[in-house]
Amino acid sequence: MPSDLVHLYMRIDHLPQIWCPGCGNGVIMRDVAVAIDELIHDEENSINREDIVIVSGIGCSSRAAGYLDFNSIHTTHGRAIAFASGIKMANPKLHVIVLTGDGDCSAIGGNHLIHAARRNLGLTVVCFNNDIYGMTGGQYSPTTPNGDKATTAPYGNVDRPFDIAVLAAGAGASFSARGDVYHARETIDIIKRAIRHKGFSLVDVYSICPTYYGRKNRKGDAVEMLRWQKENLLPTARYYSMSEEERAGKKQIGILSYNDYPEYTEEYAKIIAACRGKAKKQGGDGT
Amino acid sequence: MIGREKLVIETGWCKGCGICAAFCPGQVLEILNEKVVVKKPEKCVFCGQCELRCPDYAIYLVNVEE
Amino acid sequence: MAKAVLMQGNEAAVEGAITAGMRFFAGYPITPSTEIAEQSALRLPQEGGKFMQMEDEISSIAAVLGASAAGMKAMTATSGPGFSLMQENIGYGAMAEIPCVIIDVQRTGPSTGLPTSPSQGDYMQARWGTHGDHPVIALSPSSVLETYTLIIRAFNLAEKYRTPVIFLMDEIVGHMREGVVLSNPRDLIINRRKMSFHDGANKQCYFVPEGEYVPAMKPFGQGERYNITGLAHDVSGFPVNSSEIAGRLVTRLLDKVEKNADDICRVEEFAMDDAEIAVVCFGGTARAVMDAVLQAREAGKRVGMFRPITVWPFPEKQLRARLPQLKKILMVEHNHGQMLLEVQRTVGGALPVDFLGRIDGTVISPADILAKLSEMEGKNHAE
Repeated sequence: MPSDLVHLYMRIDHLPQIWCPGCGNGVIMRDVAVAIDELIHDEENSINREDIVIVSGIGCSSRAAGYLDFNSIHTTHGRAIAFASGIKMANPKLHVIVLTGDGDCSAIGGNHLIHAARRNLGLTVVCFNNDIYGMTGGQYSPTTPNGDKATTAPYGNVDRPFDIAVLAAGAGASFSARGDVYHARETIDIIKRAIRHKGFSLVDVYSICPTYYGRKNRKGDAVEMLRWQKENLLPTARYYSMSEEERAGKKQIGILSYNDYPEYTEEYAKIIAACRGKAKKQGGDGT
Repeated sequence: MIGREKLVIETGWCKGCGICAAFCPGQVLEILNEKVVVKKPEKCVFCGQCELRCPDYAIYLVNVEE
Repeated sequence: MAKAVLMQGNEAAVEGAITAGMRFFAGYPITPSTEIAEQSALRLPQEGGKFMQMEDEISSIAAVLGASAAGMKAMTATSGPGFSLMQENIGYGAMAEIPCVIIDVQRTGPSTGLPTSPSQGDYMQARWGTHGDHPVIALSPSSVLETYTLIIRAFNLAEKYRTPVIFLMDEIVGHMREGVVLSNPRDLIINRRKMSFHDGANKQCYFVPEGEYVPAMKPFGQGERYNITGLAHDVSGFPVNSSEIAGRLVTRLLDKVEKNADDICRVEEFAMDDAEIAVVCFGGTARAVMDAVLQAREAGKRVGMFRPITVWPFPEKQLRARLPQLKKILMVEHNHGQMLLEVQRTVGGALPVDFLGRIDGTVISPADILAKLSEMEGKNHAE
């Protein structure tokens, strides 16, 4: 008998999940479920479960769409944000949540990520960022640090990595944040705020891949990798309480950028209203 | 809700990664033969850290109503 | 009272699509299809619909599939290079059974080719562009008016068979301006989506009753929680690793088009009643063929035109029915011989099949066709 949360929001018939022992993805998927649960039970401003749509692409992360018991669509590699854009446009009241990975959203899907961010279309993107292509067996991704090893970087990675949250902010995302596996409670709160956010929101959640990334780069097991997160990824208040020197090599967990740019579907609704108003005034059918 | 909390382990779902045991503030848990077991139940403060970070949903707290 | 309007093929496609209920368009500018995006951007908000200019053709088809799954009739339009980019997601639409219409206004390829010149070089790509065995319905109009009525049929077939429908135009028809009298939408048949609402969450959303091929569609995000995937899946919509279930699924997908070919296939036959030579063509090529047939008839030759309107599946039954009366077939198309292969397959060596094609971006003229017919006659005398 799994927990009530799992019972309520996951498709029990498809569990236990197939991710490797110690994979961070299970924790992030739970974070998403808890965030949604808390929003559904928010007494002041609750959201409707049936309005949640989970969209995923391809890769380890994208298995989550099948496990989570919401409207779910498992699309093609890199294209989750583009599918999600159509869903949101067709029915703007939906909370469209894209679950993606570092390769899915910043390599093959990088173009869709930056353009959805630029448009400020009201999607929430949660990136399960494990620094590697796990499903195909450990090739380097756009977030694999320079010099690290992967099956396609046997002598060390020559590429320089993306910081996905910074990338999204640079592309104009009106909400860009970073979370991780260790700070699960903080990450849940960030995801909640991202879902609540009206425009485009991105949460880059640092996952861990002990099987491929960890082993290839002598990062230790899942526990060691989470200890690293505990010591080096710091919630906003703590991060800013430190001196520049103390912050060296560490990163902030929390909301990195936020603004209230107009949301795309709302702006488009104004165009429709204006066109229809004009057609009515002219007494025509708009042609 | 009135009641007390209880720690539940879904052994079949446990993959033995050890995250719950490593970050348990009371060192209540341990991994034996690649599965989590409760070693010192009396030390459990029901903080829920194990449930929060278990990737496999194999350990969690429940409210037992009295 | 309907009045005649001067309209371009690309505009007629948008008007027809809106009449058919299209309320979402996502696309990326590309010659010679761009007017379809422009017209959609202008017209859709007037009808309460939505237009989105995407970052590329891959996201255009993806957004179209997303919008259609969420309940809107949706369309995209492109030309050869963009059509190539769309192929992966066209396969997704076929596998997940999401209706939509994809217009390809063909231009001369390969690659960037001759962007403003006509071609019919995407005929085979329309059939085999995406990987794996999959169903395809493709329709090809030959006039502005037919573009209007046929795209309505494209939406109807997409909804009826829950599959992407390719609307294979060419630069000839796309940029042609003709006076057309549009039918009153009330006189047209517009298919609504066959929906199922009653069986709750996570039930058999791909259930197909015995003897049928198409599952009713659940509106996504409207209270019927279920899963959509491009992986081989069972009736519940969840991925399976069973070769038996995967085989049964793909067989049904292929069958729903193949076994309904009579319903899907349409042809135009012109002067075929007593014809001994059939000139086979499709799309804009029909304009020159029609002219050539008329001139050949004036010269006393028993020539007719056989034009598949449904180009995929190829209307082999209709062509086969004409074979007993025919002595020869001439295939005319703006490519290196693509529909020719389907004609040859259908004829199966029973008749000589001659070919006239063009791949240099210029248009085949009636004179070219008449010359070819005379050449064929010459060959006949020599025999």
